[in-house]
This record gives sequence, C-alpha cells and structure tokens, in this order.
Amino acid sequence: MSEIEIPVLTTTVTKMVQWARRSSIWPVTFGLACCAIEMMAMSTSRYDIARFGAEVFRGSPRQSDLMIVAGRLSRKMAPVLRRIYDQMPEPKYVISMGACASVGGVFDNYALVQGVDQIVPVDVFVPGCPPRPESLIYGIVQLQRKIDQQKLTELSSESSRVPRIYQA
Amino acid sequence: MDSHQIVAALAGVAPEGAVEVAPSGDGMPAIYVAREHVQAVCLALRDRQELGFSFAPDITGIDFLPREPRFEVMLHLVALGTPPYGDVAKRLRVKVRVPGTDPRMPTLSGVWKAMNWGEREVYDLFGIYFDGHPDLRRILMPDDWEGHPARKDYPVQINMKAKMYEPMQLTPQEFAANLQASRDRAKRD
Repeated sequence: MSEIEIPVLTTTVTKMVQWARRSSIWPVTFGLACCAIEMMAMSTSRYDIARFGAEVFRGSPRQSDLMIVAGRLSRKMAPVLRRIYDQMPEPKYVISMGACASVGGVFDNYALVQGVDQIVPVDVFVPGCPPRPESLIYGIVQLQRKIDQQKLTELSSESSRVPRIYQA
Repeated sequence: MDSHQIVAALAGVAPEGAVEVAPSGDGMPAIYVAREHVQAVCLALRDRQELGFSFAPDITGIDFLPREPRFEVMLHLVALGTPPYGDVAKRLRVKVRVPGTDPRMPTLSGVWKAMNWGEREVYDLFGIYFDGHPDLRRILMPDDWEGHPARKDYPVQINMKAKMYEPMQLTPQEFAANLQASRDRAKRD
C-alpha cells in the first residue's frame, strides 16, 4: 500500500473565507501624529507586517478594511475622521493606537477628543506612548482572532448598530 | 543698532512718547509702540532706508491677566541686510499694549502680507480684533468655537461631547446642479 500525496485540501467555506479575510486586512493610510511613525515602521521590512497580510496601506477609504487611528484626534479633525470611516465599506474595523487615541493621553484639554470611541466604534485598543511596532502587530493579530470568530452571516461590524449622523 | 538708535531713527513718525524703548533680557532690541500709531511706525520700520525691516516672521499675543493693559501683541521683525533692505542684518521686537476692556488694534496685514494669517491666529487664540483686517476668521479652532483658548481665564480642561459631523458644504440643489453641469460638459466634449 503506497502513500500517495493527493494535492487536495478539504476545508469548509467558512474557514476558507475567514482565512482569506483575516489574511488581507488593508489599512487606510491615515496618520494623525507621532504614532503614525511607529505605524509606518510596522510596515517596513524590519517589522514586516506583510507576514500578516496587512501591509497594503490604501490611499482610498473605499478600498480599506481597517482604520488605525494613530495619534491624538483634535476636535476639529473628528468630523473628518468620522467621514473617512463612513466612506469605508463594510465590514470595517478600527484600531485605536496609543494613549492619546484611546483616552486622550497627556492631553487632557479642550482641543482633543478624549478617546476616539466617542467618534467611531473601536475593535482593538493598543496601549503605549507610542506603542512599539510589535505592540501594533499584536493588536492586528488580536483583530485577526476577532475576525476569525465572526460568523459569515454577521459580517457587518459594530458600526452598523451605531446610527450614522448626517446632519445638514 | 540697539533699541535707543531705533527709537531715534523713528523720530517724526509718531508723536513724542508713542515709541519707547522696551526692556529686553536677551539683548535683542525691543520697542513699545502705542496702539494708535502702530501702522505708521511699522510702515517707517519697513520703508526707511536705515531700518529696512522687510520681513515679519512672527506675531503672537501675550495675556498678562490680571494686569491692565491686559494684552500685549508682540511681533518679530527682520532686516535682511542686503540693500535696499537695510545696511546690516538685524532683528527687532515690537510690542503693542492692548487693554483687556477694548481688545483691538489696527491691522498690520497691509504692511506685511505675512501678518494676515498671524493676526488670524492671535484673534483666534486671544480674542484680539484687528481693525481693517481683510479676512478676520478663526484659523486653528473650528469655526463655531466659543471663546479664545490661549487666554489665561479660559478653562483648559473642558469636558464636552465631540462633534461627529460638520455642516454640509453644499445644498442638495447645488449638488444636483453640479452633477447636471458635469454631464452637460461630458456631452459637449
């Protein structure tokens, strides 16, 4: 009885689709402050986020799956961030990177939003000031786990439960 | 040129006492100019051959609460030192006292065009109005912001809800008209 390697892999549709989705998280090119430098470092060959399929920073929110809020968000910028988020197609995810984006950080003042979860629904918070690229990679891996556990029938993210605000 | 020489070179531009020497800790010449005569003095600073301050890199406000006059507007001037812009390169600090009860002064955007945005910033952050400014709007804070954040009596740690939206820049009718116009253009081409 000879062992013949058959070039066939059996899996389920769900596993296959989830593998494809979590291995191609494309972030939108969107940096607000110094955290964006670490975000760029993450995409370079030294840290090589391409290993996890998230290195394709897209210039258009229409082609993006993930928004990394990298830096402090000023109140004047908040409507712009929300608009970019609204322009991204479902399913979409948000990583809040660093202390400033998560809770305002050291900037407890009038000019900054004290946490971007007031503006967009956040999937993963990455602590640090700024977080090292490894931390952000860990955050993306956590997001991959989250995507893995989503059911295909419930693909729209939390944002669909948050009422969109269009006001004249 | 030290402060005294600059004040002497400005003789005849403004009445006696409108221009005076200001104390300066760092050795940079500094003068006080009375609010009413600041435009005439600055024109002379720019145009007189021996002065030639053609470049105004910086303007800012200072809040001396609770002193009265409460504000000072301070600008830095540079003479490049190449004829016709002065004989030697030099710098000058010009201060204008502005009372807190009537926070306004004449605009200098007619003298140096670079003052346009600088004065908008001082207006935005300190609430000092510049009479005659061509476009005195906020430049850093959102357009509908209340108050002037760099004033010392402004509460820094305001806790309020962040705005998620901004007013639409187009009415639906304008949007439809734009769309129709671009379609018409496409047909014609």
